[in-house]
Amino acid sequence: MSQAIVRVEDLHKTYGAAEVLKGVSLEVDEAEVMVIIGPSGTGKSTLLRCINLLTRPDRGRVWVDGEEITAPHADVDRIRERVGMVFQDFNLFNHLTALGNVMVGLTKVKRMPRQEARELALFELQRVGLRDKADLYPSQLSGGQKQRVAIARALGMDPRVMLFDEPTSALDPELIGEVLEVMKKLAREGMTMIVVTHEMGFAREVSNRMVFMEHGVIVEEGPPAQLFYNPQYPRTGAFLGKITELYGRREREEE
Amino acid sequence: MEQLPDIIRSVPYLLEGAVFTVAIAAVALAVGFCVGLPLALMRVYGNKLASSVAVIYSTVMRGLPSLVVLFILFYGLAAVISLPAFIAGCVALGMCSAAYQMELLRGAIQSVGTGQMMAARALGMPRLKAIAFIVLPQALRLAIPSWSNEAAVVLKDSSLVYAVGLAELLRRSQQVAARTYQPFIVYILCAAIYFGLTFVTNRGLDSVERGLRLPTLLEEGH
Repeated sequence: MSQAIVRVEDLHKTYGAAEVLKGVSLEVDEAEVMVIIGPSGTGKSTLLRCINLLTRPDRGRVWVDGEEITAPHADVDRIRERVGMVFQDFNLFNHLTALGNVMVGLTKVKRMPRQEARELALFELQRVGLRDKADLYPSQLSGGQKQRVAIARALGMDPRVMLFDEPTSALDPELIGEVLEVMKKLAREGMTMIVVTHEMGFAREVSNRMVFMEHGVIVEEGPPAQLFYNPQYPRTGAFLGKITELYGRREREEE
Repeated sequence: MEQLPDIIRSVPYLLEGAVFTVAIAAVALAVGFCVGLPLALMRVYGNKLASSVAVIYSTVMRGLPSLVVLFILFYGLAAVISLPAFIAGCVALGMCSAAYQMELLRGAIQSVGTGQMMAARALGMPRLKAIAFIVLPQALRLAIPSWSNEAAVVLKDSSLVYAVGLAELLRRSQQVAARTYQPFIVYILCAAIYFGLTFVTNRGLDSVERGLRLPTLLEEGH
């Protein structure tokens, strides 16, 4: 029986007066690509940030690769090394080149020797198609390039699971494609991925399982075919219908 | 004017005093940075206690005239320990500058977006390393213009040490003015030397800022 790479049990989180997570549980297995969809503000990003404990849940437990990150004496930093995260705003380190961004985790966290780190960093940049931009600073890169460097930076740490928090939401439409291509390639290579996104094409093509969240709870969970063509709950169908209508229109316009 | 040659002969004497001025300013700025930076970190990243200590220090030291602090250290503590004027000057100015440097560094640290720290922690970087390798390199760059301002202020405030008898630029200017009965010319000369010092300092820091600036799309297009 393959152990789940990520296991989330009954997460609750309240910000001020708003309860953002009202008891969310799920499991993600190795090499699985899980896509989480839902209206904005329904706790999807909070859920993702609870998995690597960037946000501490009020209640509930999270396991990563068999280790409980929410345990009182857990070595959170070390567990985080195995969880790669890609942010909507890229969050590249502005004072470092693309190469520097990928190397810093290797040299400062994994304490790799500089030369070895450099070679690995160049390899990861090659993997996302940006080896020739290694010596440029984030301010000299386009949005799509920045996000691909961010992916390379996360991959450099050799993570067991990659978390994507709306990776293309801040990008111009022409640049979305290059990032999705990298993500599809990662999925084909067997990376375990949890992706929060509005990109329905990606969800339909690449995900093994989809989760629809609304108002802090999981409404429906299942293979993409189920959510798209045979939703068990009316809300799922309504949301997906509206989104596919919007994105379908965009796809038709692009043809 | 018969005193002009006398005044001109005093210029080296004044410049010697300027060396004291620069020395006091340099030490006070260094003390201010070494105390101000940890205080800024306590204020931004510390728990309630650390943060409160930093705030209290800043509020008190910015609320006192540097001259009063200097007098407390030099005359006030004279019964307990007798500090040489130079040391008292450096400590007093350093402690006051620390409060201002704390605030300007705090501002710089806080203007580095929170996403930077998040991304660093997400890589598994412990907080201290993230501060040292990700936040501070960016914050210190942002702080240079404000810091340049503080450097000029400390240079000028070094003149306060004349009040406890140190023979720095201002006190020597007073002596020459008294001897030659030409206060206007002498103090103008004194001002010119101060101006020269602050001007060179600011220009120097400007070129440091330019040297450390990160390239933008406009400068090196690819």
